[in-house]
Amino acid sequence: MTEFKPVLLEAVGVPNGYTLASYRSRGGYAALEKILREKRPAEVVELVKSSGLRGRGGAGFSTGLKWTFLPKDHPGPIYLCVNADESEPGTFNNRILMEDDPHQVLEGTIISAFATRATTAYIYLRYEYPQSWHRLQAAIDECYAAGLLGNNIQGSGFSLDIYLHRGAAAYICGEETGLIESLEGKRAWPRIKPPFPAIEGVFKKPTVVNNIETLACVAQIARRGVEWFQSIGVPPNPDNPRDPGSYGPKLYCLSGHVEKPGCYEAPLGITLRELIDHHGGGVWKGRKAKAAIPGGISMGLFTEAEFDTPLDFAGPGKVGCLGLGTAAVVVIDDQTSIVDFLHNSCRFFAHESCGQCTPCREGTSWSLRMLERIRAGKGRLRDLDILLEIGNTMGMMPGSTICGLADGAAWPIKNAINKFRGEFEDFIKRTNPEGWMVTDPVPALQIVGAH
Amino acid sequence: MPTVIVDGHEVEIGADERLNCIEAARRAGKEIPHYCWHPGLSVVASCRMCLIETGQRDSATGKVSMVPKLVPGCQTPVRDGTVIVTESEAVKESRARVEEALLIDHPIDCPICDKAGECLLQDYHFDHGQAERRADIHAFTSRKRDVGPTISLFVDRCIMCTRCVRFTREVSGTGELMVTSRGAKEEIDVFPGFPLDNKLAGNVVDLCPVGALGDKDFLYQQRVWFLKREANVCGGCSAGCSIHTEHNQDTVYRLKPRENPHVNTWWICDEGRYGWHHLHDSSRILAAGRRPTGHSHGNAEPFQPVEWADVVTGLRADLEQAGRLTVAVSPMLTVEEAWMLCGVARSIDPEAFLALGHVPIRGGDESFPGGFTIRGEKCPNRKGVEEVLAVFGAGGRTWNDLLAHVAAGHADAAWITAGYPAAWTDAATAESFAGLPCLVVQDLFNSPLTAHATWQLPAAGFAERAGTWINVAHHAQSFRQAIRPPAGVWPEGRLYWNMLGRRGLYDPVAVRRQLAESSPAFAPLGGDMPETGVDLRVRQLA
Repeated sequence: MTEFKPVLLEAVGVPNGYTLASYRSRGGYAALEKILREKRPAEVVELVKSSGLRGRGGAGFSTGLKWTFLPKDHPGPIYLCVNADESEPGTFNNRILMEDDPHQVLEGTIISAFATRATTAYIYLRYEYPQSWHRLQAAIDECYAAGLLGNNIQGSGFSLDIYLHRGAAAYICGEETGLIESLEGKRAWPRIKPPFPAIEGVFKKPTVVNNIETLACVAQIARRGVEWFQSIGVPPNPDNPRDPGSYGPKLYCLSGHVEKPGCYEAPLGITLRELIDHHGGGVWKGRKAKAAIPGGISMGLFTEAEFDTPLDFAGPGKVGCLGLGTAAVVVIDDQTSIVDFLHNSCRFFAHESCGQCTPCREGTSWSLRMLERIRAGKGRLRDLDILLEIGNTMGMMPGSTICGLADGAAWPIKNAINKFRGEFEDFIKRTNPEGWMVTDPVPALQIVGAH
Repeated sequence: MPTVIVDGHEVEIGADERLNCIEAARRAGKEIPHYCWHPGLSVVASCRMCLIETGQRDSATGKVSMVPKLVPGCQTPVRDGTVIVTESEAVKESRARVEEALLIDHPIDCPICDKAGECLLQDYHFDHGQAERRADIHAFTSRKRDVGPTISLFVDRCIMCTRCVRFTREVSGTGELMVTSRGAKEEIDVFPGFPLDNKLAGNVVDLCPVGALGDKDFLYQQRVWFLKREANVCGGCSAGCSIHTEHNQDTVYRLKPRENPHVNTWWICDEGRYGWHHLHDSSRILAAGRRPTGHSHGNAEPFQPVEWADVVTGLRADLEQAGRLTVAVSPMLTVEEAWMLCGVARSIDPEAFLALGHVPIRGGDESFPGGFTIRGEKCPNRKGVEEVLAVFGAGGRTWNDLLAHVAAGHADAAWITAGYPAAWTDAATAESFAGLPCLVVQDLFNSPLTAHATWQLPAAGFAERAGTWINVAHHAQSFRQAIRPPAGVWPEGRLYWNMLGRRGLYDPVAVRRQLAESSPAFAPLGGDMPETGVDLRVRQLA
């Protein structure tokens, strides 16, 4: 494997790399100016579509295709929402991009807005990112001053305003329709689809929602071209006609029990083991890995034996995980209890479930309470079956919820129990020698007292 | 016609009807259980109780392709060839899971819950739930807090369907209710200092599928399985909302809206909802009486009780003897009663002066974002009485015309029908009847007129009447008597029936048919009246 030179993270380590002057010195905004001079929006859509760029926010949907879902000849306004509510546990690539190279993100945003004919873009920023907030706002101000935002940008006739909106720290706001509701000032309860945001999004107008890293990729595709983009990553599997391939560079967030945690840029398709050994300096303290989260906690778990799976859009699915997600790898060493891992995962999702759909609201909280009981030494083997049943029935895929949060909550449950059932059973038998085998229904309820 | 296939049975729906799977399945007699969906509110598809399997039948090949996962019936529109499966194993399993999930945090305090007996959570659990409780979580207790002057919230009973929240946002437009917190810790609440206090607030209790929202007026008054319900019409204003009067042993316990797309859709206002308490007021007039001297002067003189049989004859004799008769026909009377009253009056004095009784007005009409309107005219049947008066050549005559008529000395006797639930006249107005040789007052409560009355007759309240009211939009609704009036009270119709010399029990349906035959204006009332009523302006078109 040839040494890969970072593109998206070019500015990392450059002094004052976040300023407009520094970004221009690296060739920034030249592509935008060329597009504004020479291209029509449809051509930019075609460019991005032909590059095979897939959304970096988690679902991996083709970005160019998403743009084409906007209604043709809509009188406007059309909105572009930038999803910077990065809150998947383990994920911090958007933060690096916003803090160290905000202009790359803004150039991608302006190009995308031009392509989608949006005249207003909202950046929905995670509340916990104050540094990103300051850097992005400063970069937006610089762009206005330099005539890269506002009315009639560079005399092209294209106008764009960007508003930076800070969220209020809720995981569900990263779901695109939850984000839209929150942006409108409402409770972030994801909307029922259809209609999809491309038809009816922010303020009931056609809306595109893209991730920060996706927009950075758009900027780089505009600058370096489709051929460059497709020279990186994994081409489509010829045996699977529905596989669009996994092209381009990807920011992998490596954390957990590794020697050198951090955000690393690598071509899509790097294996988990390469990532840990080559970039992360191996598992920490000379220990061995037990498992790893491939792309944020909601994607499930790799066992150590599955570490040679490529981290592209198709890879994690081959070993029973939900997908690549945000490519946030969290390594778990062999001294860590998988029961504790699952408890932590359930605690997160029970806390973050928005509470709209019954199966997710009650399923996440029930699974948490079951794991609390198991950890307290009162587990039963039957609990594992119930946990699996919750995991299998909760989510968009079985159809029981509106958004994907429940699928994300279900996958760690399913993966952990299916892949580490022995460890769960050992733990339950060891900590509850008297009652692990009980399968009786729970006794009748306590009698409810008067008011 | 588009055809929908529900569990293998084909059902035709209207060509331009936009139905969801729940509505379409209902046409086929299949009930898809649901909590959050309500036809009068927006679709949120959040309770997930209505998950079903759907598919599409290809019109050319007849081949059915199914959606590979469960979908919410409320959110899924049907079209020609839509296949709905409501009883598959996957659907049953999903319903059992949702019931189980909803009961995890529910206190199951049915024995002390007012909703028990009409609770969807109970009913659906019985139909779709499972007997075993697998969650070993101790349920909460019945935490209660007031969310408004009329409504209590039992926090832990709530299943978060958000019907109430949507109602205050979409129908009343007041937006007091909201969802706080997240996940399983979610609660319905109001913002401090902004209680649920609007003129439609009571509807949230009807909307609540479980016992979370309680109406303080009804709370702990009666177990719902003791209640009997009668399809009635609200007499609170000229909107004439369709209601159910829920009663037991001749006592009304609550009023509930009755769905009627032509009048009130699914709602009623709080004024109407709580506007039944006067029926059981201890100060009601409960017996017919006559001042023996025949003089209306000297209000200290008590009324002597008169048997109803003697009222029928004695009243006619008194009025015939007095001479020129004038009659105020109250807009609280039914069309049948008004028609018979006019007939009685003209049989006593063929020249009798007939006029519409006092029309109470309080404020103007008040409309809400959801389309509901509370009328300022606080009587149910002005339109109907006006039509009846027109039949007798007295169209357009008002209460003020009657007062002028009496003041001009054209009357020797006056028969004032009233029956208003609240005070309606003042001493100065009453004084204008002071010199009359014979004044008959038929009312629910004593009023300044009582002092001058020769005859005092009790009136019936709205739930004690039967007949037809015609609302402000010319919509006629017939209803039956819900409860018997208090002992000693004859509803007006019974008195007039007897004074007309008719035999047997008072039969409002027969009177209505007769009226419809004799007067073209009332022709649409001739046949059997549908529960939702008929529009009087629709003359028989055929």
